[in-house]
Amino acid sequence: MQVLLADVSARHPAAKGNVPDALRHVSLKVQSGEQVAIIGPSGAGKTTLLQLTACALKPTTGSLQLGDVDPWGLPIRGLQKLRASLFLAPQVPPLPPRQRVVTAVLAGLLPQMGIWASLRSLFYPKHIETADAALARFDLADKLFERVDRLSGGERQRVGLARILASNAQLLLVDEPLSALDPARSEQAIKALTDIAAERGATLVATLHHVDMALRSFPRIIGMRDGQIVFDLPAAQVSTQHLHDLYAQHLHELDGPAVAADDVPDAASPPAAMHCR
Amino acid sequence: MQTVLSRNPQRGPSKRDPAWMGRMFWLLAGAALLWPALVLTEFKVWTLFEASNLKPTLKFLGDFFPPKIEGEFLLLVAKETWRTVAIATAGIALAMLLAVPLALLSVRVLSVSALTGKMNKLPSALRTLLRWVMVLLRSVPELIWALIFVRVVGLGPTAGVIAIALTYGGMLGKVYAEILESGDAQVTQSLLRNGAGRLQAFFYGLLPQNAAELTSYSVYRWECAIRSSAVLGFVGAGGLGQQMDASMKMFNVSEVATMLIVFMLLVWLADATSAWLRKELG
Repeated sequence: MQVLLADVSARHPAAKGNVPDALRHVSLKVQSGEQVAIIGPSGAGKTTLLQLTACALKPTTGSLQLGDVDPWGLPIRGLQKLRASLFLAPQVPPLPPRQRVVTAVLAGLLPQMGIWASLRSLFYPKHIETADAALARFDLADKLFERVDRLSGGERQRVGLARILASNAQLLLVDEPLSALDPARSEQAIKALTDIAAERGATLVATLHHVDMALRSFPRIIGMRDGQIVFDLPAAQVSTQHLHDLYAQHLHELDGPAVAADDVPDAASPPAAMHCR
Repeated sequence: MQTVLSRNPQRGPSKRDPAWMGRMFWLLAGAALLWPALVLTEFKVWTLFEASNLKPTLKFLGDFFPPKIEGEFLLLVAKETWRTVAIATAGIALAMLLAVPLALLSVRVLSVSALTGKMNKLPSALRTLLRWVMVLLRSVPELIWALIFVRVVGLGPTAGVIAIALTYGGMLGKVYAEILESGDAQVTQSLLRNGAGRLQAFFYGLLPQNAAELTSYSVYRWECAIRSSAVLGFVGAGGLGQQMDASMKMFNVSEVATMLIVFMLLVWLADATSAWLRKELG
């Protein structure tokens, strides 16, 4: 799916009046099937750009085109149908703690399933093989029937990514997919993502803190800072000078992933509190 | 010199907790509101402990002991207990039937248009309307509903069941909606953003996230319904309450004591069930 942003500005709906827009007059074109990495210091507007592209945020000015439709011109039903063909994977994997991994992965299939089929799948999972194959690509096949809250942070993140495989989205928007992964896992996860996108002919846009990984795995790199695109170049043309300018005052973020790998299982979630209302 | 050091301009008023004034205000406002309420309700605990009042109270309480334990009476109590549990359970089941759709339709997290800011006008109006329906249902106490339905369907448990269903339907609907909205919305919104339907997002995101809390609240309400059905018995809606009313009128306080013990057992049972269910779901 082709993405076209023309002079787009956006701000978070809850942002206060004096906070500058998270995205300021950004224009961008991503061809169908292209793979792009977005890099830049924290607060550069990378996540906002993904949310905007995913129709999760409405632009305040400018226009967005996905394929050749303007999503915000569609009626709400049409917009929801369009959303089924794109996939936004947030940085914190959106998984209910008490859900089983198999259900969490198969939730990616929901847009293609009717309500009855999805209810029946809760009773007995209908596409176990699909979930199993998706998990296998992220080296998690043994966790199929495990509960989400028994997984480590890194495993959860990979389960969130495996959900992409269950969906048949044509536009994959992935936010910081490696923030909780160690280097070996990161390598594997990025390879899985780019392979999936290539197999499907889907467009892949990922934000990455890990600059080396971005340069190695993506043909096109977009550098963002203060809500604007600073450079948009083929990976081979991105120079050290580009990176230093991009990360000026944030040089510590350039050295490696900003967020430490976190592969420690969380403490068991506390029991639900009784509310006397 | 000392004062200069301790009043370093950098650590001056700007480092004060800015929320402090607000907290202080609400604390004082709460006290100012509570005081007239205590005066209005003639809240004077000490009258309980005056010698002239203490004696009859102790005598009345003394009559509770020993509770009446006779084969025939116990059999009657067992039968009425069973009926009380049945009234509460049937009432709660009907209430849930009412509450679940009301809650689902009035929950903001499941709104597609609210995903990107403001909810559309029509769904927003529907939500407000449903909230009013729930207010109406629960603002009429179950005792009043029971008095109305005793006239319609006659004396007996049916009136109690309907009364509980209506009031508790409103309560459960409101609290279910609140529980569903209190948690992290990200899971559900993420499903909606990727094109899932609203019911699908509920079953795959919202429900697994909140199942334990919803269950424990429902069981707690079942416990309340058991207590409530005792009160309803006093207006002729059957069950232990009606027996208790009869015994009270005959001054058979030892019979009342037996029935109170049964109530304690029922509440304990509800508590244990809730704890067990939460452990299973947790």
